[in-house]
Amino acid sequence: MSVELDVFVGNTTIMDKEVYQLWLNGYTVNDAVKVRIEGGVMEECEASAEVLLSDTMDQYRTFQMCERLLHHPAKLANQLLFQIPPDRQAMLIERYYAFDDSFVREVLGKKLSKGTKKDLDDVSTKTGITLKSCRRQFDNFKRVFKVVEELKGPLVENIRQHFLLPDQLARDYAAIVFFANNRFETGKKKLHYLTFQDFAFCAGQLINNWTLGAVDNIMEDMDVDLDKEFLQELKDLKILITDKDLLDQHKSLVCTALRGKTNVFNEMEANFKNLSRGLVNIAAKLINAKDVRDFFIDLVEKFIEPFSLCLLYMGVIKSCILRMYHD
Amino acid sequence: MPGKLKAKIVAGRHLPVMDRASDLTDAFVEVKFGNTTFKTDVYPKSLNPQWNSEWFKFEVDDEDLQDEPLQITVLDHDTYSANDAIGKVYIDIDPLLCSEAATVISGWLPIYDTIHGIRGEINVLVKVDLFNDLNRFRQSSCGVKFFCTTSIPRCYRAIMVHGFVEELVVNEDPEYQWIDRIRTPRASNEARQRLIFLMSGELQRKIGLKVLEMGGNAVVGYLQCFDLEGESGLVVRAIGTACTLEKISSTLPATATHPSNSSPSKDMKEPGFGEEAPGVPLSSGPPTPLRAQTFSSFSPSKSYSRQSSSSDTELSLTPKTVGIFLFPSTPALESESSPLPSAHLPHHLWPGMASRSTTPPPLRLSQSDTAILRKSVSFSEELLLAASGMGSGGSAGKEGGPLKALLRQQTQSALEQRGVSSSSEAFVRTGEYPFFTLAAFPPGFLLHVGGVVSARSVKLLDRIHNPDEPETRDAWWEEIRQEIKSHAKALGCHAVVGYSESTSICEEVCILSASGTAAILSSRFMQDGPLDTEHRLSRQPLCVFSTGSERVEGDMGSSASLGFEEVVSPGCGFCHIPYDELNIPFPAQLTYCYCCRRYKVPDVLFTTIDLPTEANVTGKGCLIQARLCRTKKKAQGEGNATVISNLLPFLEYELHTQLMNKLKLRGMNALFGLRIQISVGETMLLGLASATGVYLTALPSPGGIQIAGKTPSDITYEQHISNMQKKINDTIAKNKELYEINPPEVVEEIIGSPIPEPRQRSRLFRSQSESSDEVSELDLSHGKKDAFVLEIDDTDAVEDIHALLTDSPTPAGFYSCNTEIMPGIQNWTSAIQMFTSVRVFRLNANLTNQGLNKIFSDLCENLLKSLYFKLRSMVPCCLCHLNFTVAIPEDELIQVAVTAVAMSFDKEQLLENGKQSGEKTLIKAITENDEQLQFNLELNAETSAPNPLSSPKGLSEVGSHLSARASSVDYSSFADRCSSWIEQLKLKAHTIRRGSVKTTSSMEKASPLPEGRSRSLRSNRSYSGSSVAVVKMTPLSFIPGAKIIKYLGIINMFFIRETTSLREEGGVSGFLHTFIAEVFAMVRAHVAALGGNAVVSYSMKECVFMENPNKNQAQCLINVSGDAVMFVRESELESTSVQTQSATTHTSNGAEGT
Repeated sequence: MSVELDVFVGNTTIMDKEVYQLWLNGYTVNDAVKVRIEGGVMEECEASAEVLLSDTMDQYRTFQMCERLLHHPAKLANQLLFQIPPDRQAMLIERYYAFDDSFVREVLGKKLSKGTKKDLDDVSTKTGITLKSCRRQFDNFKRVFKVVEELKGPLVENIRQHFLLPDQLARDYAAIVFFANNRFETGKKKLHYLTFQDFAFCAGQLINNWTLGAVDNIMEDMDVDLDKEFLQELKDLKILITDKDLLDQHKSLVCTALRGKTNVFNEMEANFKNLSRGLVNIAAKLINAKDVRDFFIDLVEKFIEPFSLCLLYMGVIKSCILRMYHD
Repeated sequence: MPGKLKAKIVAGRHLPVMDRASDLTDAFVEVKFGNTTFKTDVYPKSLNPQWNSEWFKFEVDDEDLQDEPLQITVLDHDTYSANDAIGKVYIDIDPLLCSEAATVISGWLPIYDTIHGIRGEINVLVKVDLFNDLNRFRQSSCGVKFFCTTSIPRCYRAIMVHGFVEELVVNEDPEYQWIDRIRTPRASNEARQRLIFLMSGELQRKIGLKVLEMGGNAVVGYLQCFDLEGESGLVVRAIGTACTLEKISSTLPATATHPSNSSPSKDMKEPGFGEEAPGVPLSSGPPTPLRAQTFSSFSPSKSYSRQSSSSDTELSLTPKTVGIFLFPSTPALESESSPLPSAHLPHHLWPGMASRSTTPPPLRLSQSDTAILRKSVSFSEELLLAASGMGSGGSAGKEGGPLKALLRQQTQSALEQRGVSSSSEAFVRTGEYPFFTLAAFPPGFLLHVGGVVSARSVKLLDRIHNPDEPETRDAWWEEIRQEIKSHAKALGCHAVVGYSESTSICEEVCILSASGTAAILSSRFMQDGPLDTEHRLSRQPLCVFSTGSERVEGDMGSSASLGFEEVVSPGCGFCHIPYDELNIPFPAQLTYCYCCRRYKVPDVLFTTIDLPTEANVTGKGCLIQARLCRTKKKAQGEGNATVISNLLPFLEYELHTQLMNKLKLRGMNALFGLRIQISVGETMLLGLASATGVYLTALPSPGGIQIAGKTPSDITYEQHISNMQKKINDTIAKNKELYEINPPEVVEEIIGSPIPEPRQRSRLFRSQSESSDEVSELDLSHGKKDAFVLEIDDTDAVEDIHALLTDSPTPAGFYSCNTEIMPGIQNWTSAIQMFTSVRVFRLNANLTNQGLNKIFSDLCENLLKSLYFKLRSMVPCCLCHLNFTVAIPEDELIQVAVTAVAMSFDKEQLLENGKQSGEKTLIKAITENDEQLQFNLELNAETSAPNPLSSPKGLSEVGSHLSARASSVDYSSFADRCSSWIEQLKLKAHTIRRGSVKTTSSMEKASPLPEGRSRSLRSNRSYSGSSVAVVKMTPLSFIPGAKIIKYLGIINMFFIRETTSLREEGGVSGFLHTFIAEVFAMVRAHVAALGGNAVVSYSMKECVFMENPNKNQAQCLINVSGDAVMFVRESELESTSVQTQSATTHTSNGAEGT
């Protein structure tokens, strides 16, 4: 004896946010039921486990049917199959495209290829996020990437329009796409301390300033790629370290600008030459794709580390000296 | 005469990829109507083609316009091979043929493929230019409006209600044609879909013609069903109520009242079936002059019946009675009286013979239609007799085994009578039925309600030889309707309201069922035929009576309808018994009405209609279901039919028992919207009865339920009993609290019911009827003298009690009902959620009846629980119009489908009665000029005489006045008998006759008017709905918080979906889920294309699901219908508020017209 078939279809599609989240998180039906039972729905609504199971299966099915629409959120609004109120649609989309920071850190800057996808089970084990959820997130990245890749115009805006995402989420996706496109290396151990939001911020800066779209505002520009000409021109920066006059001039300008605004000003001033060299070297190499990828690692290795080393050294020395200095 | 149909294909979107190489599609469109086809250009390489075609014009007959759908096929052009079909759209252009409905169809419609489901959408424009047709002999009926709504549609008012229209068309089922072996499933599905479209078009046209002949302009309560008879064919049938409607100008709320005629219709007890009247003159009875008169008055209908009535049937049907009159009291006679259907054949089957020979050849002969095996169902020998009398060849009867002897005894007489009465029925000519498919009425229309009448018949299907002459099926239905009519008559009623018909088919056995509520209607809306002197005559006596506060009993029933009465009590008038008190068809206890104290009411009332809005109700209502599952032996053909026939009476009886028990358990005294569905499978029968229980203030408070053990010796046993008793008492108390049933205490003045017996009360007996003495002994009752006594001697009873107690209460915040509105709740918000839920349950083999029952009951209960859970966010809310459909798709599978709407309401203002006073006055006003139906019967003369006896039998017995009189005491219309039987015993009576099993539960009366909705409307008006571009769907006839301003046409769609990759589509659940969602989507899209924003009176009439998991296949057929409407939020109407307000009020009261 068993229920062979069990469906519920509402004229307005009924979707429970909680179950949706469980589904997105990749829970199996049974696990989801367990979670719900623990959540206390049963007592609230005088329901039995059976009822809960039936409801959960039904919702899961609904979500699965909706999923292909969610792949093209614009379709969700003008499809006829499900009647979903607009606010619900927005919720569905937003949550579907939401991702875990810990997951995105794992794939940020990686090529969104089948190979990467195959490795998702490792990511899953590492992050504790279900494989299913990892796949969904990965596919989302890839889908957004594919759609936006060839589009002209501002990246964030494109994403927002095509995927109907809220602003912040669209920016995050822009960052992901941008990183994936330029294959920035983010996985090295030295970069582990950086959060996705750190990178997203940087991506935002790069997109706004270093891409074609940034240079002139013509719509046909693309935001995904770094402006080659600009990178080419960065080579010329070398002069800042090769030419003594320019170096000094650079230093004085920077120092004027920063004086009083940072508490490590003195250190900075003292090491300006080294720091500047580091930066200029990074900039000058950016014309090579390989070096673009290493951009962040280079920044850390060639600038932040030396500088913080220096800071660290200076700090220790300073405190030692102060201690040793008995009036 | 011709019309010009114009179609333009604008664009497509979301098309599927048809060319793997390019991931694109080269789409073009074929537009076909009748035999003409146009094509658009190919729009290459796009999933969103822009065809922007010219206008394709079809010049066609309007007959074709009605019959044919516009067929749009989207294809993928392929240079080298055949073009691939992407999918199709069928557009029913009927709404465009009526000036008041839609004028254009324009919008995005889903492209549907029977294998792949929805594949993109197409944007089309369709218009029709219709030339006026002056041809009197035309075959088309353009312009007749159709409504699924079972009340007068809002924004119309009824000028005249003409009566019952029915038609059926048959054809071969393409799926069973030889060609099906060589064509693809897709082709076969499409052939079927198209055929059904055509057939329903034709059916609608034919019904329209009948309506025109009757002088009407609309069909309300249009109910179309199809029967998949497999090998033997495909039947599409429809019934409805012909009306003349007038559109209410939007601003002016029509007050319902138009006294169109002032014919004093108060029929006496003999409320004749007005409509029948025309047909009356049968060979049998020399038509009395009176009859003739009536006849004339009804002329319009008569002509109708003559001309258009479904043809051939009449012959076979009208049993010309062979002049045999049965004396009810003498069983022996019955056997003789076998008015065989065919008048010409002289054969009377003797009971004995009949029983033995299952298919009496003579029968066949007699019924030209033949091929039909009449099975008689009988559970007692007498019954058998009766059956044979009816000409049924069925046997079976002999082993009535299971029934207890007592029961048998009691029933016997009833049965006998039935036999008699049925034979007497024969006198009445068929062809005209005073039936109304409406379930709600304008105030003042429904005067009295007698109780539920129903009839069933088991038939063997045989191939339909000539589709053009569907006489067999017609005859079957005629037979059943005839029976219904006679039941109603027996209840002293001249009309049947809330009437519906259904079938259940398994292999070659088919159960036909019909049920309705016997009632007396006001003539105000009826034909305004000439009021003959007759009427006056009849009326006079009434007046006389009515003047006195007490009437002579004889007249009471009918006279109750007199205008005077209404003045007294609009809220209770419909409860007053229509039948003659002295001649109560069944022993029921009557008391004076608890509202007006002037007229008698029964103790319990069962009806198939909606609760009249003006009814005085105490507390809230709730859904009550009786569920039953019985195993049956596998059998073939006739044997199978016999087995089924034998089981049916028991099934019905038990369902009835359960209903009654559950009603009592909830402390209520009336059922509305009663719907009993019997479904047949290879190895079992399923019965599901659903209704909405309420406490009618006018009726006496129900007694409790008493449990009695029969063998009192054992102490533990006694304890057990007292425990159960306590539980039951507790439950009753709890329920009363839950449903807020606190009727004002009234001093009981018991009016002696004419029936001397103590058991008159509704004692519930399972089967044992020895009753009378026990009652007195068992006076432990629940405080009231009338307790049900449940004997738990037999296991059945124990089972019953368990069933009673296991029904779990609805969770807090939820209410449920299967009617349009829930008494006690009016302030609906605009939040509504229509849904369909389907479950299929697989059984283990070898279950006992009890096990089966439990499983079935749990299945329904769990389904309800799931619904409550799903809809928890809408609390407080009420599930309205809960419509359960059960089926046995194959052995060991039970399918339950539910469609309903959840409506939130505002807890704050649970006002209930405010309106009533207003209504009352209105009604009063109305009723003053009101008259009863004119269906005066032939017997008027007789009736007018205060002779109580004669009346009930009147019609049927015309021929045999003498006998009738003589036997008057137990006058025998079998309906009555049954009912009495039922009531008293809780038995449902079954008659078998001609192989048909009929049941009449004559209980209570039903309610009159349909205002309910408007009520809710009004209360909601304050809510503003967000106006999203959505299409609302609801099984109700109204949308809370909104006003329907236009009816755009009927939606009647039929889809087939099939898959050969079941697993890939998510298994059976995934498959069906998608399909139902697709059906919803298509309905919404078509409504939107008509310019509407809602579907009301939506129903899923068929959901046939078949699977073959081994082959990874499944197939499903769904038929849905409803009315496309355009509504506006009341908040948007606010500007006109004052006016509207009053308007609404009026409308709510009065006119359905709203």
